Order: sequence, then C-alpha cells, then structure tokens
Amino acid sequence: MTIMPRPVAASQLRELVRPDRVHRSIYADPAIFAQEMERVFGRAWLFVGHESQVPRPGDFYCTRLGRQPVIMARGGDGAVRVLHNRCAHRGSQVCTEEKGSAKHFRCGYHGWTYGTDGRLVSVPRAEGYGADFVGGSEAPGLAPVARMESYRGFVFASLAAGGPSLEAWLGPVALSFDDMVDRAPAGEVEVAGGIFKHYYDGNWKLYVENVNDLMHPRYVHESSIDTASRQPRDAKTDGAGDIAVRQMIQNGVLTQIWDRVGVWTLPYGHSYMGDYHDDKRLLGDSADPVFAAYRRALEAKHGAARAEEILGVSLFNTIVYPNLTFMSQFRQLRVIHPLSAGRTEVHIFSFRLKGAPERMFHDTVRFANAINSPASQILTDDLEIYRRIREGLDSEAPEWLNIGRGAGRDRADGPARVGDHGTSEIHIRNQFETWLDYMVAP
Amino acid sequence: MSPPDADMAGSAVVSAEVRDAIEALLEREAALLDERRYEDWLALYAADAWYWVPHRPEQASPRDEISLFYDDRMLMETRVRRLMTAIAHAETPRARTLRVLSRASVTPAAEAGCDFVATAKFVMTEYRLNAQRLYAGTSRWGLRRASASFLIAWKRVDLVNAEATHEPMSVPF
Repeated sequence: MTIMPRPVAASQLRELVRPDRVHRSIYADPAIFAQEMERVFGRAWLFVGHESQVPRPGDFYCTRLGRQPVIMARGGDGAVRVLHNRCAHRGSQVCTEEKGSAKHFRCGYHGWTYGTDGRLVSVPRAEGYGADFVGGSEAPGLAPVARMESYRGFVFASLAAGGPSLEAWLGPVALSFDDMVDRAPAGEVEVAGGIFKHYYDGNWKLYVENVNDLMHPRYVHESSIDTASRQPRDAKTDGAGDIAVRQMIQNGVLTQIWDRVGVWTLPYGHSYMGDYHDDKRLLGDSADPVFAAYRRALEAKHGAARAEEILGVSLFNTIVYPNLTFMSQFRQLRVIHPLSAGRTEVHIFSFRLKGAPERMFHDTVRFANAINSPASQILTDDLEIYRRIREGLDSEAPEWLNIGRGAGRDRADGPARVGDHGTSEIHIRNQFETWLDYMVAP
Repeated sequence: MSPPDADMAGSAVVSAEVRDAIEALLEREAALLDERRYEDWLALYAADAWYWVPHRPEQASPRDEISLFYDDRMLMETRVRRLMTAIAHAETPRARTLRVLSRASVTPAAEAGCDFVATAKFVMTEYRLNAQRLYAGTSRWGLRRASASFLIAWKRVDLVNAEATHEPMSVPF
C-alpha cells in the first residue's frame, strides 16, 4: 500500500472522515498512526494509573503514555509525579520493574541516580561536568510530563503543555468516575487483584469503537451466549462459573433491549452507555446477605436516600477518548496502548470498594476473569474480530468503512447527544469528530 | 544438611502401581487435549473439580486476585461446550497443539478430597493461522481414588510467563 507523506495535510484528513464513513487508511496507514501518536496521544489527557498503586513515598508504577515509557512515583514529599523513564545522560530506562518501592532510581549504565521525585541526586565523578552539576538549578533530572492532574484518585497526564484542564476536558464524563468511587462505603477505591495484560492484532481505535457498539454482542459473542445458555445450572460452582455464565447469557439480550439502552456522546470524543443487565446476582440483590450488608454500610455513610441514589445509577461502559474505557458499576478499567497501526496492547485494572464486604471484591475478580482475561470466553472472540479487520483492511476495496447506523438522527440531550436508538453508531462518529480536531491542528 | 527431595520422599510411600496409574492418567490428559477430545478430557475430572492458571507465580488464591483461567466445574463444562461449537470466532480456525510432559513426581496428599498430588513440567506448542506459540510451566494435579483409577480433583498450571502480556488464549494447558 502507499504510505502517506507526513504530516498528513488537514485537507487530506478531512477527505478521510465523512458523516457516515471513514477511509480504510485511518486504520492501516503508518503515517496516520505516527501522526496520531503526535497529535492525539501527544495532546489528550491520558490515564496513567490510580493513586492507590503508589500509597507510600518511594512507591512506583511503570507504564506508557502513548508509546512513551513513564514512571508514576510518589516522592519523599508525598506528592505523586509522572516522570519519563529515561536517564538524562545516555537515554537508558532507569526503572525496569513494573511496580515496587525504591529509595532512588539508579541508572545501570553510569550510575546517575535520581530521587523518586525525579531530581538528580548523584553522579559518579561529577567534577567531570563542572561545579554545581548535581545540585544546581540546571541539573538534569528525570523529565516530568508536561502536565499531570488527578480526579478522585485517577491520575492523568498530558504530553502537551497547553490545553484544557483535566476537569474541563472530562466534562460530564467525570460523573462515571464519581459513580465508581461513590459506591465505596469508605469513599475510596483501590486498584487490587492484579492487572490483566493482552495484545491484539488490530488498530487501537477498533477497541474504543467496539466497547459501546451495542449491535455486536449478539454476533461476536454468539458462541458464549449459546453455550452458557445451555449450561446445566446444577453443575458444581463456587461462584466463578455462576458469575461468568450469567454474564455470558446477559450478552444475549434481544436487539430490542440493546436499542432501548442509551449511548450518550460528549465533547472530546467521550461517551457512556446505560446498563443492559437485569440479572440481580450481577447487579446486586438486596435479598443477598452480602449485598444487604454492603447497602447498610453505604447507608451508614450517606443516609438511605443518598445510598439509594448512588445505587440507582445505571451505567455500563464509559469511554474517555482516546484510550480509556471503564465499567464504573463493575469496577473494571481498561487502558488501550497503541503499538503500531496494526498492533495494540490492553491493560485491565480491577478496583476494590473500600469499606465493602470482601465478597463484593471476589465477585469483581470473578467478573474480571470472565470478561477481561486473555483466556476469557467473551473477550477472545472480540480480539479475533479485530484481527480479521486488520487482515481485511489489506484489501483496498471498498475504500470506506461504514459508520452510518443512525447517522443524521442524533439529537441533543442536555450537554450530550444521543442516537435515536441504542445500536446507533453515534459514539464512533463522535470519536472521529474529535479525532479530526486533534489531527488537523498543526 | 540438604533439603529433603520431594520426589524421593514421595516414592517411599507411593507404590509403583499408583505412580504408573497416575502417570498414565496425565499422559492421557495431554493426549486428549492435543486430540481436541474435550468432552473425554472433562470426564477425567471430578464433579467438584477446578482448573486454575494463576496470573502470577506464587499466587495464593483465585478469590482475591485475577487468574488467566479459574474454571470451577460449571465453567469447565461451558468452556468445553464452546470449544466444541463451530461458532466460536477465536476457535475458527482451531488451534493445533502438542504437549510434552516431564516425568511426574507423585506424593501423598495432605489435604482433604485428594489422595495424591502430582507435579510435572510441560511445554505446549500451539499452532494457529500461520503462527506458532510456545507455553511452558509447571502443572500440579490433585488426584482422588475412584474405582479402579483416579479422578483429577484439581489442576493448577503455573506458566513461566504468567504475568506477561499475553496473546489471546483459549485451550487449557
């Protein structure tokens, strides 16, 4: 295929995004991918991690912003920072563990040593560089990211010095974070239970487009819907099978139900969908003594009316564009890391509601295993479809991918827009409007 | 003083007959999986069995940490049924696998519901869609006497790369 010269011109990009279709090169062209890393991932607020991952001074967690390796670390002063994971001397990574606790980050090449706040604290034979090299105001350190802010413990960073504040950028989608955190009787959540990590062969955008695509479950997940529906319920289960089978069956609700589930879109490409679950074991059943104890803890904290309001919020997936999706009600958070136009890595976090009975978290783990493990009977079928799209897009005909379901029938709903039915592709069109805004701005 | 050799300690109280029967069972399990005879594979397991692949080495429990696989009997049945259908996209086309097991060490079990615990190393080559992948690790089985032979009460598979970023997986190891 032909590779576009960089930067891809605004006029050319505008040709690629139409109201009801997008050009195949958007998912396949390496030049467009490179421009996305610079203009989308180089500008948007990107999720780094959660403050609970670095509770004590010296704690760190290594991840990526776009394709750039960074460290989220809590310094000796108690502040959380996001630093580029790169020695100022010769460019070597200074932190090679994914997580842990350290007094210093010491480069293995020539021993340059940094505090967990990123400041250079010692250089062997520093006199070779002149006086005040280490202690001076110009001392090279681990470079902090251009901007960092957190919202209710969720740490975001931006590689761009300018742009809207995190809160302005999140806008109403911040309510989805509130939904997750408010459900904790102690008012806080924490990352717990481990992080799933998997690859797929396919463009990063396929994942964020699929998450709120309510037309796909019936087809992509046909195998798990079918086999779970035929599962004899008297088989032995300790809860793992019960939760997984219920979720697989739930994905098989009729298209008419999906059509009644709303998908709302917001500025900056964000969107969220209502919930489609009617299974009380998954949602929380007041007849269940564990859930009843949880409800009492929440009522003790907030009073019955507020607790009712918190539990009454009914959301499933929220997308914070470009690469974060989460399930506030089910305490799952997924970060999509692009590797190339046709290769992507996904990290999935689970959260514990502080102050809730521990079995609530056991259910979170069961749910995570069912839908987010690399061996999930649900997820693996999504990943195979992404792979087939990557292969399919090697064909140059037709030139376009269709995103026209419900096009022209979207309407305003407060600060959001909503499609005229739940299976509208409104969220994909919304993502591409934002994509174009990022991509054409020099 | 050197630490006790688990294998030798086990062999002192596990008869050759038992060891042979268990080794034959584990070889049969690997063969059934390689032959994609999943229903026959499931029949080797007890009605209260579980199959566990932790997400990190030395993971103590499947309850409060995620797992790559944690299938109780109900979920094992669902998984097998799905692997047998013709409509699972991730299984179309199906993977071909080849498992190689080391000699197993067999020791008497100290836990309720099991008579013996077997441990073996394995490598599994998986081929699908022009790509070949290699998995390796240590498997442990809890074995329960049942009529003339044994049933598998549980299996735990510790992958060498448990905490890695993984490609999609679907067949049990």
